[in-house]
Amino acid sequence: MLPQALDAYVETAREVGNASSLHGPGRLARKHIEESRERIAAALGARPSEVIFTSGGTESDNLAVKGIYWARRRPRVLASSIEHHAVLDAVRWLEDHEEATVDWLPVDSDGRLELASVNLDGGDVALITVMWANNEVGTIQPIAELAALAAAAGVPLHTDAIQAVGHVPVDFAASGVSAMSVTGHKLGGPYGVGALLLGRDVASTPLLHGGGQERDVRSGTLDVPGVVAFAVAVEHVVKEQQEEAARLTLLRDELIARVLEAVPEAALNGPATPRLPGNAHFSFPGCEGDALLLLLDAQQIAVSTGSACNAGVAQPSHVLLAMGADPVAARSSLRFTLGHTSTPEDIDALVAALPAAVDRARRAGTF
Amino acid sequence: MRVLAAMSGGVDSAVAAARAVDAGLDVTGVHLALSRNAQSHRTGARGCCTIEDSRDARRAADVLGIPFYVWDMADRFHEDVIDNFVAEYAAGRTPNPCLRCNEKIKFSAVLDRAVALGFDAVVTGHHARLLDGLLTRSVDAAKDQSYVLAVLTREQLDRSIFPLGDSTKELVRAEAHERGLAGVADKPDSHDICFIADGDTQKFLRQRLGDAKGDIVDDSTGEVLGQHDGAFGYTIGQRKGLALTRPAPDGRPRYVLSITPVNNTVRVGSAEALDVSTVEGDRVVWTGGERPQGPIECVVQVRAHGKELPAVVTLRGDRLVAQLRGPERGIASGQAIVVYRGDTVLGSATITAAA
Ligand SMILES: Cc1ncc(COP(=O)(O)O)c(C=O)c1O
Repeated sequence: MLPQALDAYVETAREVGNASSLHGPGRLARKHIEESRERIAAALGARPSEVIFTSGGTESDNLAVKGIYWARRRPRVLASSIEHHAVLDAVRWLEDHEEATVDWLPVDSDGRLELASVNLDGGDVALITVMWANNEVGTIQPIAELAALAAAAGVPLHTDAIQAVGHVPVDFAASGVSAMSVTGHKLGGPYGVGALLLGRDVASTPLLHGGGQERDVRSGTLDVPGVVAFAVAVEHVVKEQQEEAARLTLLRDELIARVLEAVPEAALNGPATPRLPGNAHFSFPGCEGDALLLLLDAQQIAVSTGSACNAGVAQPSHVLLAMGADPVAARSSLRFTLGHTSTPEDIDALVAALPAAVDRARRAGTF
Repeated sequence: MRVLAAMSGGVDSAVAAARAVDAGLDVTGVHLALSRNAQSHRTGARGCCTIEDSRDARRAADVLGIPFYVWDMADRFHEDVIDNFVAEYAAGRTPNPCLRCNEKIKFSAVLDRAVALGFDAVVTGHHARLLDGLLTRSVDAAKDQSYVLAVLTREQLDRSIFPLGDSTKELVRAEAHERGLAGVADKPDSHDICFIADGDTQKFLRQRLGDAKGDIVDDSTGEVLGQHDGAFGYTIGQRKGLALTRPAPDGRPRYVLSITPVNNTVRVGSAEALDVSTVEGDRVVWTGGERPQGPIECVVQVRAHGKELPAVVTLRGDRLVAQLRGPERGIASGQAIVVYRGDTVLGSATITAAA
């Protein structure tokens, strides 16, 4: 957590209070919540009433996808094929259990949405959901163009902006989207707190019924210290966005150049630009991403492969498959993420460790 | 030394990993995902590799503070163990899948990968000892697993660590409690065959091999006594479930004597006809010192948890012949014959014939 977010968290946690009660401490808690709402709204270009606090990205995505689908009572959903599982599986669930028909929108080999595939005709579309920036390969999606298409067709556009906020400029109102997911732990805030920015005129059926908090869209007593720390973090990363993005882009480009130099067979996945500043993603032919992860982990270098299934077994990334990679190539990939604590020394350490790790991983072969 | 601890999610492998950590080794935990479609949780003592087992293994690794990964060995396991299991039955033999898994997966595919990744050895929770490099029975005779490890070669044993061999199972469980491995301390022992979750081997084989009606034949007269639905349903020495309507002339029970897949025939006969005194095997592995040039006095074990049989064993190339000191019944091809001197494993072979 960012130090200022942590401080705000601890300070608030010392104050007792329940944001839903009417007595003094309750009023204080509510004041914290509403101030946080205003700060987040201001930082992200929304109105305060459009900020709905949730338990994080997964809930925000589910609330947007299922809530808008149910509220609109139309059968079709358009979703990109590279969404995070929080969107992907929510859409699949609607397909399997709620008779939704889904247009899975294709992407090109850089992971960028094929705008030509978006067909919003017919008046039967409940919503379209396309992430702002992809969490695996860092591709930034053409949200403005999509929003224009959606507005023309009168279809709400939801975007998972969890990877975008703090890394690229994000303005809810200016972007034209109807709903936008944000989460605390991806931007230096606490775990388990997030928000769905939901346009005032966009209806969403609640997933959680109860005390009627959060515009009656999301009931439940809020985590006051978490919300306050989340707001502090959002405000901070948005304020620092430009400078931090410039710093990370330099660092990231250095990382890409030096990795390609150290391991010439490696291939960069995703576009050189526009791309999330802290994201670098490679395939290492002949290696299992998992084996590389183990070897680098042993040297205190934390990297990620795709996602793991329930049992912890690595799956080839659906994002890379959608970009046209074959399963073997998909399994050979690794993501390096740079953040606010990353330094040039981290890149030195990575480049020092990587060639030997790739060698070993190649000898270990594939499963 | 960097070691890889295979962690099934059970109590034995968790304590084995813990002891390796205590011994000052640099331990990394790995759970082998062996099932292509893992069930969410175990039912009773059977089965393995459920998602719950994977979580239990991860939790144990977290308690020990060691890195932990899941390796997807499902395809290898299917080909090398399950398909082989079915093929062996189809060929009229009685395989031991645990032994096969040790030979092909744990101490082969996993060990090779571990070595390639820079590990020096694999640690498992098997109940067996390595004394001066020699595979030796566990001090807990009831839990001893040296039989299913006896197929391992010198090279494989040299890269194996069995930290539990000098403890009883009871002690291992108590130690798990003391170490805060509460989640696994009281998990039931796994029994039977891990990939047959309901324990019904016959049903499992029938689903894969289908019904194949054939004759049940009297071994001495050649007379057809009845029909069976598939020869794989029978094991040498089996008495129950023959469903023969005609009693033997002498009124005594009849036993399965042999299974001949070529003509899908099950031959039955008296208990005495089951007696064998010569056992032959191939695929000899000898890890207990020099290969003997002549016959040696020893004891042999011909099934998991079977008793020790005094014998004289002779090696001829890749073949082994054991002359048993007394008659033994129900020795099935496909099982291992393991040669011991005292508690020490000298070698093993796969049984090809018994007479
Ligand atoms: C793009 C994206 N969407 C959704 C999520 C899920 O958010 P949370 O972990 O807050 O539930 C994440 C990552 O955590 C993400 O990267």
